[in-house]
Amino acid sequence: MEQHNTATPHVLPLSLYFTVAGTLFVLTGITVAVSFVHFGEFNIIVAMLIATVKASLVALYFMHLKYDNKLFMAVFLSSLIFLGLFLTLTMTDTMHRGDIDPIKEHPIKKEAIIYDK
Amino acid sequence: MSVATTANYLNAEKGIKSWLFTLDHKRIGLMYLFAVMTSFFLGGVFALLIRLELLHPGQDFFTADTYNQLFTLHGAVMIFLFIIPAIPAALGNFVLPLMLGAKDVAFPRLNLASFYIYVVGALFALYSIVAGAVDTGWTFYTPYSTTTSTSVISMTMGAFILGFSSIFTGVNFIATIHKMRAPGMTWFKMPLMVWALYATSIIQVLATPVLGITLLLLVIERTVGIGIFDPAMGGDPVLFQHFFWFYSHPAVYIMVLPGMGIISELVATFSKKKIFGYKLIAYSSLGIALISFLVWGHHMFTSGQSEFSSMVFSFLTFFVGIPSGIKMFNWLATMYKGRITFEAPMLYTIAFMFLFAIGGFTGIMLGAISIDIHMHDTYFVVAHFHYTMMGGTVIAFLGGLHYWWPKIWGRMYNEKLARVAWAFIFVGFNVTFFTQFFLGAQGMPRRYYNYLDQYQPLHMYSTYGSWMLGVGFLIMAYYLIYSIYKGPKAPNNPWGALSMEWQTTSPPIQHNFEDQPVLEHEPYDYDTRMVVNDELIKKEDVKEKEDINV
Repeated sequence: MEQHNTATPHVLPLSLYFTVAGTLFVLTGITVAVSFVHFGEFNIIVAMLIATVKASLVALYFMHLKYDNKLFMAVFLSSLIFLGLFLTLTMTDTMHRGDIDPIKEHPIKKEAIIYDK
Repeated sequence: MSVATTANYLNAEKGIKSWLFTLDHKRIGLMYLFAVMTSFFLGGVFALLIRLELLHPGQDFFTADTYNQLFTLHGAVMIFLFIIPAIPAALGNFVLPLMLGAKDVAFPRLNLASFYIYVVGALFALYSIVAGAVDTGWTFYTPYSTTTSTSVISMTMGAFILGFSSIFTGVNFIATIHKMRAPGMTWFKMPLMVWALYATSIIQVLATPVLGITLLLLVIERTVGIGIFDPAMGGDPVLFQHFFWFYSHPAVYIMVLPGMGIISELVATFSKKKIFGYKLIAYSSLGIALISFLVWGHHMFTSGQSEFSSMVFSFLTFFVGIPSGIKMFNWLATMYKGRITFEAPMLYTIAFMFLFAIGGFTGIMLGAISIDIHMHDTYFVVAHFHYTMMGGTVIAFLGGLHYWWPKIWGRMYNEKLARVAWAFIFVGFNVTFFTQFFLGAQGMPRRYYNYLDQYQPLHMYSTYGSWMLGVGFLIMAYYLIYSIYKGPKAPNNPWGALSMEWQTTSPPIQHNFEDQPVLEHEPYDYDTRMVVNDELIKKEDVKEKEDINV
């Protein structure tokens, strides 16, 4: 019985697909346009924000995540959360290496070769 | 070989093909059991050789290089080939559908695929032994692993492939637990072993891909030299450790969580008492699974990671103590005023509680940065993780193996010999590893084949202990194998347990149950029910009869 539920196809109007596709093109245009403006440190944040919106649109509409079983949404989001967790906790290391012991920040000279091949 | 009188999964189909192409979770579980026991034997031989070399200071039997290879192989074989698949893939495969009252796992073909992928991974690992065994330690730390001339690639590819086998099992178990529970079995009426396997599966599915990525990066680094871990090219060797432990710390809970599940079953069955704090034990399994992802940096306090990072990870590490403590106290409270009997599985349960308590507490000690800076890379760490991995997981695995042995084969093992073997293993284990706490505290570094004379007495005791362990396992191998052929026939429910796997025959029929079983009582209702000669009796009925007789 439950299998019946999940197998029901969800048909979306073609216009919606074109709207989403159009939005994606517009956002691509904005990404290019924005690259000519310098926000300094915020460059990466702006670019990532636009990219996140685009990826969300693809996942939600093209990949039907919005209309599918909510479990899939949970699985999808949890994978993102775990990636975020990995990056955040690793950055507590990489962003703070020089806090107390300045030698830790650049432990090895750039030219140093530790791989004797 | 099996009990011939009734048809069961062992004799329903005959011939080697019926095993190799079987989709029956019980047969796949048995093939896994055979494979992991072979790996355990191999890893055990490596361990005995390591201890033999350490009997005297100086070079006795092996060169320094061979010694490096031996301890690497001991670690890699024990971790990747034995301890990770031992409980979920071997015992779990066998008992999970039975405990749920299901006919099989959700995806039987995926289950068989996982076994063959395991075999392929194992072959890669074996090949690496022949082709110049790895000497990096099982952790494959860069930069050494990218420069050593030993066969790092085939060993890491082996571990990479084994990871897929682990993921398949995890996916399969999650689907099985969600979809195939018997009518009436709600989430909080599942046996706690199932909860533990569920938590384990989640970690297997979420963490193992990261190991895959890490090992692939290492292979690419070695072959192409992309420089992600090479500071000369702007990379970072410590990043490898972040990658590696993001999987490998949760992996230690892949190892110990199902062990804790077994202990939850055993402690209730052999105390004949309703488990204390069911929900808390169930939630603490999930709690451990969650926290396990937040603590990996405690392996790296001396690696050069930032002090801030060490502080965060040290703080988070202490949280693991909470769910583990909840479990421990709930087990003890279950035993309190129970009607305890001391068959071999219960002996292993008690051993687990002693040893895991020591392993856990020393883990908290090592989680404190100030102590860890001194203890790092000494035998104190070696002793700590052997108390959790062997004293915890392996002991629980052995408890579970004895507990379900009659269900698996339909034969009883020799109880007296089992107790003797238990005594050898328990005493031998402590002699081997408790001495290593002292060795470590006195400054004996790990991974050296040689040492100063002052450490010799303790090293000698440790080696003698390893021989006791070896004797214990030999006795066990003897009576277990003997029982398969000549052991007395086992009743369906030799321990009087109430969970569903004991309601079918021993060994189970090919499709597990005659009809779809329906949950009529919870798995730990020992306060209202008891089993006498395979028959379930309500305690009220017994009382009424007694009252009439009076």
